[in-house]
Amino acid sequence: MDDAALSLGLTRGMTVTHAQSLVPDLTVLDADPAKDADALVRLGHWCTIYSPLVTPDPPDGIFIDVAGSAHLFQGEGALIEDLLHRLRRADISAKAAIADTPGCAWGVSRYGSGGIVSPGRASEAIASLPVAALRLAQSVVSSLHEVGIERVAQLASKPRASLRLRFGADVLLRFDQALGSVTEALTSLVPPEVPQRELKFAEPIGDPEDLKRVISKLCELLCPELERRGVGARRLDLVFMRVDNLAQAVRIGLSRPYREPVHLSKLLAERLVLVDPGFGIESAALTASWIEALTERQTIGRHIAAEGSDVDVGQLVDTLAVRLGQDSVYRCAPVESGLPERAVKRVPALDPAHGAAWPKHLPRPARLFSPPEKIIAIAELPDRPPRQFTWRHQRLRVIRADGPERIHGEWWISDGETNLTRDYYRVETADGARYWLFRDAPAERGGSWYLHGVGEA
Amino acid sequence: MAPASPPTPIAELRRWLERVEGNGYATSEALPFAVTEIDQHLPGGGLARGHLHEVIEGGPAGEHAAVATLFAAGIAARIPGPVLWCLRGRDLFAPALARIGLHPDRVIYCETWKDRDVLPAMEEGLRCCGIAAVVGEVTRLSLTSSRRLQLCAGETGVTALLLRRWRTSDEKRFAGEPNAAATRWRVSPSPPAQGPSDHIDRQRWLVELLRVKGGEPHSWIVEACDAEGNLRLPATLADRSAATEESYRAAAG
Repeated sequence: MDDAALSLGLTRGMTVTHAQSLVPDLTVLDADPAKDADALVRLGHWCTIYSPLVTPDPPDGIFIDVAGSAHLFQGEGALIEDLLHRLRRADISAKAAIADTPGCAWGVSRYGSGGIVSPGRASEAIASLPVAALRLAQSVVSSLHEVGIERVAQLASKPRASLRLRFGADVLLRFDQALGSVTEALTSLVPPEVPQRELKFAEPIGDPEDLKRVISKLCELLCPELERRGVGARRLDLVFMRVDNLAQAVRIGLSRPYREPVHLSKLLAERLVLVDPGFGIESAALTASWIEALTERQTIGRHIAAEGSDVDVGQLVDTLAVRLGQDSVYRCAPVESGLPERAVKRVPALDPAHGAAWPKHLPRPARLFSPPEKIIAIAELPDRPPRQFTWRHQRLRVIRADGPERIHGEWWISDGETNLTRDYYRVETADGARYWLFRDAPAERGGSWYLHGVGEA
Repeated sequence: MAPASPPTPIAELRRWLERVEGNGYATSEALPFAVTEIDQHLPGGGLARGHLHEVIEGGPAGEHAAVATLFAAGIAARIPGPVLWCLRGRDLFAPALARIGLHPDRVIYCETWKDRDVLPAMEEGLRCCGIAAVVGEVTRLSLTSSRRLQLCAGETGVTALLLRRWRTSDEKRFAGEPNAAATRWRVSPSPPAQGPSDHIDRQRWLVELLRVKGGEPHSWIVEACDAEGNLRLPATLADRSAATEESYRAAAG
């Protein structure tokens, strides 16, 4: 019953005619338990965003085991809030509780205040609840009521043997399950089928060449399945099962969805060095654990690729990323910042082109030192570029200089930069080499000299 | 009976031999420097694409290879398409490359800290059709690995540019070892022509062609890459006679 129905005075178990007399324009729909159950399972699949262990509890409940996943949502409280908020947006009125046991959470969410029951407090939380909070059949609840047992606390004070004799074993089982003294096994939903292919071998294999063949075979088996679904793999998990029952796993990530067997098997084969076949491998399974939609595309032949920007570098990027690490392949993009060391950020190599570049009128060196190297410089006048400087024990005479280009620290990023001012000079020495120097304070405040880069600045 | 005039199999074999021996330099597509003096000197009228080219820094701060970097970036900038840059360190500053026409959207960097990572990464890039150029920063390059790079480049037509990096004088010696590069360049800053002034204009480079297959070594003084990556002969030198230029070169070298 949602809040709107309650405010109209409707209750559960009311007859249709009674309800219609209260609300004249009430719309009555026939119950369809099968459809409800389907919808509950669908909702259960949606709930897997919170935890992989989700059990629908027909007719109207869902158990989510958040034991290992609440931290991903900044705690249990935030998780419940997030869950209820999302359900409300989908026009589903729901109650939720988190407790040590499924039984306790069931009772607290339906008959209690909901929210979080702290660990070890299950018995206190359910003590004041009506006995119906123990997931008992209606007939059992009414026979308990007949003898005056209304609350769970009353039940707890009664001798167990007589309870069992009079009301059946169910009462004690549910009571124990709610307190956690009897564990309750929940059958969680199996996630929607992921594309997977498996090979079993008559004889254990271990030769790297054999493993490579297995990889290409698995890729050839998996890719038609991906194609049938209209998806490509973003992540592949390859698990070799050894004869001694140890699993050897290889996981590769892809920058774009792919389903070309040759490319995928090449990437997997790169990681084969991590696999220790031991006494032999008896089965291998390849799973596309992360898939994304991939529409049909015409493949470009190896020797007829067109020149220009529409060249497919995805396979190259993937190969290098698998070999050198995901973070080692990247592109640079400009950041609007005056400080040269902050002007460049890394973006994934296959990000769409931004078109943005750094301002062209600001000269910058080809090689930038991080951190800047301290130099000893001699200037004729405080606010003039140096005439001579010593860098790495080398005395260099400045012939020509240009500057200063004044750069201020970014106080909105760091308090330490409030007073940061740098005067940059491009200098050319007698042999024509160019350096990029700066003084870390205006001339009147003194300041020391640094060399920040070399190359035409 | 007249002999068959086009002995096609023979011609084909000859082309194949040339390709295998890496002598097909003059027959491949060339990328002109748009500096007549340099282009006339190079067989094929420019830098052959689909070949391995080596650039060495001759300047005082040689270990940073800053001028060589700009020279190589200027070449890559003039070929359309994406560029793969295999890094040896963290000191490359992308805004400088953007200033000479190598837009950041075009460059894919890969962090290969060691020679043994750089060379396979370069090969991988050279096998990728449609890439403009692959730039690799290496310390040591054996004859075999340079041949491998050359073969990969020849197959796809991707230009391979090799930047020599070194930290110590011992490592610098590796740069002199023979390899299969089609051309070898040494680029160093050149002193400005006029006297001291407060204004800095485009830098002058001494570009030395140390070796080229099917050509003679030579050297030029040019002005550094402009916003499109093009070199230019300095105005003061452009109309001088060859003799004066020779003497200038002698003085600089």
